[in-house]
Amino acid sequence: MVKKKGKALKKVKEIKGQLGKKKETAREKMIGQSIGYRYDVNLLPDYNKITPFLKKYIEAMGWDDLNWLEDVHMGYEEDRPAVFCRNANGWVTIPSSIKLPNNQQDRDMIARELLVKFQMSPKHPLVDLKKAYLKF
Amino acid sequence: MANLKNVTKKSKAQSMGMHTEVLTGRTQQKFFDPDEAENFYYFGTYDVDFNKRTNLDVKDMNAAEANKEIDKLMSEGYGTIVIKNPQGKHSLGVGILNKLNLIFEGSLGYFGMGSCDGPIVRINGRVGWSCAENLMAGKVVIEKNAGSCFGAAIRGGDLICKGSVGARTGIDMKGGTIIIGGDAGAFTGFMMQRGRIIILGNVGINLGDSMYDGTIFVGGEIGSYGSDAVDSELTESDQDWLRRKLKVAEIGENFDVSKMKKIVAGKKLWNYDNLEPTEKKGAI
Repeated sequence: MVKKKGKALKKVKEIKGQLGKKKETAREKMIGQSIGYRYDVNLLPDYNKITPFLKKYIEAMGWDDLNWLEDVHMGYEEDRPAVFCRNANGWVTIPSSIKLPNNQQDRDMIARELLVKFQMSPKHPLVDLKKAYLKF
Repeated sequence: MANLKNVTKKSKAQSMGMHTEVLTGRTQQKFFDPDEAENFYYFGTYDVDFNKRTNLDVKDMNAAEANKEIDKLMSEGYGTIVIKNPQGKHSLGVGILNKLNLIFEGSLGYFGMGSCDGPIVRINGRVGWSCAENLMAGKVVIEKNAGSCFGAAIRGGDLICKGSVGARTGIDMKGGTIIIGGDAGAFTGFMMQRGRIIILGNVGINLGDSMYDGTIFVGGEIGSYGSDAVDSELTESDQDWLRRKLKVAEIGENFDVSKMKKIVAGKKLWNYDNLEPTEKKGAI
C-alpha cells in the first residue's frame, strides 16, 4: 500500500488553564492570565463604586480601605449569582430581589456588602457551631 | 437542611457498592434577611471603643496569660491596648477576632499575631518566624525586620514590614496583601494561590516558585524566577492600586511604581478548571 505523502495533522492537546491553549476572554487577554476560578481573583476593586454600607463598615473597623474584602468577588453557584463565604466554606446565593448591574465592579461591591451582612448575622452557621463547641 | 434520608434513589457511588451509609449534613441551607439590623461585628465579639486606652505589661506573663489578659481587656471595652515588655515572647496576640488597636512596644518571637481577624496592630520592633500566619482580616505593621515565613497562608488583610524579611514570605497565601519596604529572601510567594505581594527592595532566588495564582510586584532586583513564575504587564489599574496601598502602608510614598515588575503564575502547573467544584459536588 502506498503511503500518502504530506504532513500529518498533529492534534494539539488542550491544557486547561494554560494561555494559548484555549479561547481566551477579553479580560484574560488583557491581564495575560487565564481565569480558572468562577471569577477573576486578581481583579482589583474600583473604589469609586463603593457602597455607603461598606464605607460605614471600613470606618467602624478603623481600616483605610476594603482590606480583606478586596479579595471578594461575585461568582455563581448552580447557575445563580453567589458570593463565597470563607467562614462557612460555602456559597451564599444572591436573593433574586436584588437587581444586579451589568458590570463586574458594581456586582462585586454588592457581593461584598451581602457577605459582610451574612457573616455578621446571628443566622450565620458559625454562630451555632460557636454555641456548641466554644471552649473558652 | 436537605433531608437526604427521604431520598430513595441510590447514588451512583452507592449502587456501585462503594458505600452504604446515607450521607447527611453535607448540604445546608440557611436563610437570612439582607435588610436585617446593621451590624459590623461578628456575633459574640466585644464592643470596644478605640478611644478607651490602657497599658499591659507582660514582662512576668507567659504567652497564654498575656493573650487571656488582652481578651479580658477587650471584654471591658478597651479598644486601644499598648503591650509593654513583650521581650520576644512567642505566640503573642494570637486568635483575636475583634476590632482592636493593638500596639507592641518591643519585639515578638515566633508565630506572633497568628489567626487574627480584624485588629490593627503595630509592632515597634522585630518579629520572628511566621508572623501573622493565617491572618484573615485587619492590618499588621512591623516597624523593623521580620523572620522567615512572614505572612504564611494569610487569607486576607494587610501585612506590612517596613524592613526586610526572610525566606518563604507569603508561602501558601490565599488572599490579602503583603508589603515589604526592604528586601525579601528566597522562595518569596512559594505556592501562593491568591493575593498580592509588594516588595520595594530586592528579592532572592526562586521568586513565586510553584505559584498557582496571585500577583507579585517587585521594585528592585530579582535573584531568579521560580518554576511557573512569569512576567506580566503592569497596567494603569495596578499602578493606581500600588500607589494607594503604599500610602496605606505608610512606606514608599515617593517610590516610582511605574518601574515595578509584575510577576504572575504561568499556570502550566494547573490541574483544575472552573467546573471543578460542581463536578466534585456531583461526585460526592
